[in-house]
Amino acid sequence: MSEEGDIKEIAKSKRDWEGSTLKRSLDALPERRKAFTTTSSAPIDRLYTPDDTPDFDYFKKLGLPGEYPFTRGVHPTLYRSKLWTMRMFSGFGTAEETNARYKYLLEHGETGLSVAFDFPTLYGYDTDHTMARGEFGKCGVAISSLKDMEILFGGIPLDEISTSMTINGPAPVVWAMYIAAAERQGIPSTNIRGTIQNDILKEYIAQKSYIFPPEPSMRLIVDTFEFGSKEVPLWNTVSISGYHIREAGSTAVQELAFTLADGFEYVRAAKERGLDVDDFAPRLSFFFNAHNDLFEEIAKYRAARRIWARELKETFGAKNPRSWWMRFHTQTAGCSLTAQQPENNIVRVAIQAIAAVLGGTQSLHTNSMDEAYAVPSAKAVKIALRTQQIIAHESGVANTIDPLGGSYFVEYLTDRMEEESYEYFDKIEKLGGVIPALKKGFFQKEIARAAYRYQKETDDKERIIVGVNEYVEKKPIEIALVDMDPEGERKHLDRLNRLKKERDQKETERSLDRLRRAAEGEENVMPFILDCVKAHATLGETCGVLREVFGEYTEPIIY
Amino acid sequence: MTKLRVLVAKPGLDGHDRGAKVVARALRDSGVEVIYTGLHQTPEQIVEAAIQEDVDAIGMSCLSGAHMTLFKTVMDILKEKGIDDIVVTCGGIIPDEDVTKLKEMGIAAVFGPGTPLRDIVDFHRKIAGK
Repeated sequence: MSEEGDIKEIAKSKRDWEGSTLKRSLDALPERRKAFTTTSSAPIDRLYTPDDTPDFDYFKKLGLPGEYPFTRGVHPTLYRSKLWTMRMFSGFGTAEETNARYKYLLEHGETGLSVAFDFPTLYGYDTDHTMARGEFGKCGVAISSLKDMEILFGGIPLDEISTSMTINGPAPVVWAMYIAAAERQGIPSTNIRGTIQNDILKEYIAQKSYIFPPEPSMRLIVDTFEFGSKEVPLWNTVSISGYHIREAGSTAVQELAFTLADGFEYVRAAKERGLDVDDFAPRLSFFFNAHNDLFEEIAKYRAARRIWARELKETFGAKNPRSWWMRFHTQTAGCSLTAQQPENNIVRVAIQAIAAVLGGTQSLHTNSMDEAYAVPSAKAVKIALRTQQIIAHESGVANTIDPLGGSYFVEYLTDRMEEESYEYFDKIEKLGGVIPALKKGFFQKEIARAAYRYQKETDDKERIIVGVNEYVEKKPIEIALVDMDPEGERKHLDRLNRLKKERDQKETERSLDRLRRAAEGEENVMPFILDCVKAHATLGETCGVLREVFGEYTEPIIY
Repeated sequence: MTKLRVLVAKPGLDGHDRGAKVVARALRDSGVEVIYTGLHQTPEQIVEAAIQEDVDAIGMSCLSGAHMTLFKTVMDILKEKGIDDIVVTCGGIIPDEDVTKLKEMGIAAVFGPGTPLRDIVDFHRKIAGK
């Protein structure tokens, strides 16, 4: 940015300014608070100048978009060629109700699908399991079989749209259902595009929808990498996610560092299996949160791209530039939404979405204003989608690439978050790696501490949340919530029971037996799971076999 | 006075444990003896733990939307067993219309989103004072 002499000159004039112009101003009008911090409680100075990044080297730190180290973006034209994918995370009730919601969103300009499953589905249970009590269709759609999956995408051509599925423990089974549903539409697995979240490490750390212990889970993930690179080449076999880490209460740096550490762990595991890094790394994708603090979020995305590119190239020896690309999805922060004065959430979401776009996201979900109550109503979700469209077409932020590149503040923050991430990588390595660290509760403790601090700061009004601890209104909240079919659960269970009666029971059982043997051995389980799904084994039955072979995980209790 | 004992519980499959953990820690810091069940507890397990641990109060958290089924089942089991000396509270993503119904079931307090920790701590101090 500047020559060494210039930086000394700037540092000197800054000191002079502090003693004169600034001092006079502070004497007359002190600052509003003693310290200013980000949403993550990180300190922020009043002014940044070139002497805050004295080692700045344009080509080493930033480069050009589409070129190493990709700080400015993975695509040379970014949104000038193609806008980000507008992908609204949706699902509730029955497959029919969610299918109608998808069609509604597509009709209003959504450009990608994203499936939210209910809790029983997330844990690999059918709706008739005891643990499913009260959960049917509540925070996602219930999918117990291939039949449900076919209804979910009925009338939606799966070779024309990409689909992201937030599924982790049972990811191989749900992915197999999607592959089979596409096949029944006449679309081969080589033509479908999309993403399975399939990021089990952050489940143990934050989201908690794990099923099996870490070791067999890692095997399943590498199985999906291997199967995907051969059979489903356009599919992202994992979405390495910081979103849930942040929602659980982490800071932005923790989100960044823990997510990248998880990513490195997957690369290591796949390389240990003998896979070539350039065969699977181009299909690794990421998923980050967009919280309220605009600049902190933008710096996070930029640092993420730079670190990933460097590590894939230098530590893991990837040769294909596609392997160095960090492509990511962003979702605005659910935890930032307030139940109080819910309309204000529209504004929060707009700010967060702008952070994601300025940070160069590949796809984006914007939350609906009513999500502190329930899954969104049709009206609320449409406003959330329209927010993206307004940012894309009216705000001008999509016209140029990485518009904040070169900002003294943003470059300083990007560097600082990168450094702090490496401090976390060292700590994790000292604990023996990600899996030993999570078994010891390292991540969970770090996150719990940050979450508690955030709440204390809110309670003490060190941070102001409009409508919650300031500008409070006592009047009752009037907001129309989503309408769900009260008969949905019965209809779903009827279909499940009918399926079990009508299928070729012997064939179903044979496919499950073959899966059991494969899981007990060392073969890739994906082809066997696909056979189970096609033989109409249910989600619960298929995961049940894997539960028997692999056992279930119980987490250490930490708060 | 003996220390107040509170069971913080996560019924059902919901994995959102941020709130439960923050509340557990705030209560612990205020001098309450906290027992946290961890995730994925059935209503039966929660009541069993409350009896085993001889608690004065149960605080349940659910953000999945299954609260009306799961909280009600806990209240039904307590009633069946004739237990009426445990104060039950809850929190999570709970629409206003459900708050009234939960109170009718005998749940003493519903701590919704945005509740300051001190309100929850004060509520439990009052129980301890009784």
